[in-house]
Amino acid sequence: MAAADDNLSEWSPSAAKDAESVKVRCHNVSVMYGDRVGLKDVSLNIPDRAVTALIGPSGCGKSSFLRCLNRMNDTIPDAQVSGEIIINGVNVNSADVDPVALRASVGMVFQNPNPFPKSIFDNVAYGPRIHALADGKEALEAIVHRSLRRAGLWDEVKDRLSEPGTSLSGGQQQRLCIARAIAVSPDMILMDEPCSSLDPVATARIEELIDELRARYCIVIVTHSLQQAARVSQQTAFFHLGKLVEMDDTGRIFTNPAEGRTHDYITGRFG
Amino acid sequence: MNDHIVTAFTDELEQLSNDLLRMGGLAEAMITDACSATMRGDLVAASAVIERDREVDELEAAVEQRIMEIVARRQPMARDLREVLAALKVANELERVGDLSKNIAKRASALGNLATRDVLKGVDRMGRAVASQLSGVLDAYRNRDECLARRYWEADEDIDQLYNSYFREVLTYMIEDPRTIGDGAHILFMAKNLERIGDHATNVAELIYFFVTGNYLDAQERPKIDGLAKS
Repeated sequence: MAAADDNLSEWSPSAAKDAESVKVRCHNVSVMYGDRVGLKDVSLNIPDRAVTALIGPSGCGKSSFLRCLNRMNDTIPDAQVSGEIIINGVNVNSADVDPVALRASVGMVFQNPNPFPKSIFDNVAYGPRIHALADGKEALEAIVHRSLRRAGLWDEVKDRLSEPGTSLSGGQQQRLCIARAIAVSPDMILMDEPCSSLDPVATARIEELIDELRARYCIVIVTHSLQQAARVSQQTAFFHLGKLVEMDDTGRIFTNPAEGRTHDYITGRFG
Repeated sequence: MNDHIVTAFTDELEQLSNDLLRMGGLAEAMITDACSATMRGDLVAASAVIERDREVDELEAAVEQRIMEIVARRQPMARDLREVLAALKVANELERVGDLSKNIAKRASALGNLATRDVLKGVDRMGRAVASQLSGVLDAYRNRDECLARRYWEADEDIDQLYNSYFREVLTYMIEDPRTIGDGAHILFMAKNLERIGDHATNVAELIYFFVTGNYLDAQERPKIDGLAKS
């Protein structure tokens, strides 16, 4: 269990027990939006090759925290981020970190599928092209095909790669966006409510995909669906009023959380 | 503890709890009535106990149905989840108490020709102790009182003690006069049934402790008397 004020060294859920399995170390991360506190002194470790779910009521800071991981808060004019976020030994807030390169290695999938107005192929090829990851046409095709396969979309689109990405169904578009994120060989994938606009079948497909992807990637997902958090994640962090209340193994959080506030939230007693 | 934002969920859990308490009350009365009917050789009262077991079985089925619906519709978490899972098991424990009480009542007719009913005083003693144990456990359930649950969990030792001493007493009758062996065997079965009811009450106490605290009582900790080895 890690309460907000705990020393990092005391934090030891099973998935992040040994140092090697920790992908991200966050220490005293705070976000201010002008005078308003978005996030306050959040310290936690995110395990690699596992899914970490961030839960909490609207405005609790979970999305603010997610956006810190790939410096998306930079795009908000009055946002100020402080504290350390160490990914692969590098503090992502250092002046010498290029946010564009960072966002390639820390990919993001948003609430509403947002394919580019391009073909299915070009949607996935876009990242590898601008980051010059492919040496020649064949290499680029190989990346696109592999990414679509890993996103579980290949069988559905292999014969229509030149059709617009927007011609796909909502669930397929979201998997296309995941394929696009994977195509640039990221270290991590951030997902902000990835299934909130999808029907139960499309949601199940994305959840199945998340489960497969965690073998290769560190995944952090923000979700309002507690059942989804319980289904897809190995670790769950509960945020409230900009603070981390508790982070623990998902099984523990949903059966016997340590903190009363976590308990009241997940049992629908909050407020 | 705060109520759920969705009040219907709180109501459903309360109804579940009420059903279980009703089941528990029925089972408790069955113990007392079964022992009393046997003591008095009252076959009509014994039949009434046997008949009431069906009611307990029906309540168990209703509780199961209610739990299935709660799980499907509310997807309970944390303490709510523990409460619902515990309720499923408590219902099963209480159903067993009903069955065992029925078995005791069934023996009333077999003991019709008992020379002296004094030998049944031990059944009465055990019956009262066991019913009081179950009653206390049900109080702990009603009040979600893990401390009380723990106290009754520990008190199972007293019932084991009563059983062991009664076992020896009946055995003595049987040794002294082999003609009593048939009756004695029936009485020993009744005593064993009552001892088992005590175990079921203890299990309910464990379940209460689990759902309220999220932790398990350690079975190794509880003093367990096994006097039979010496008998």
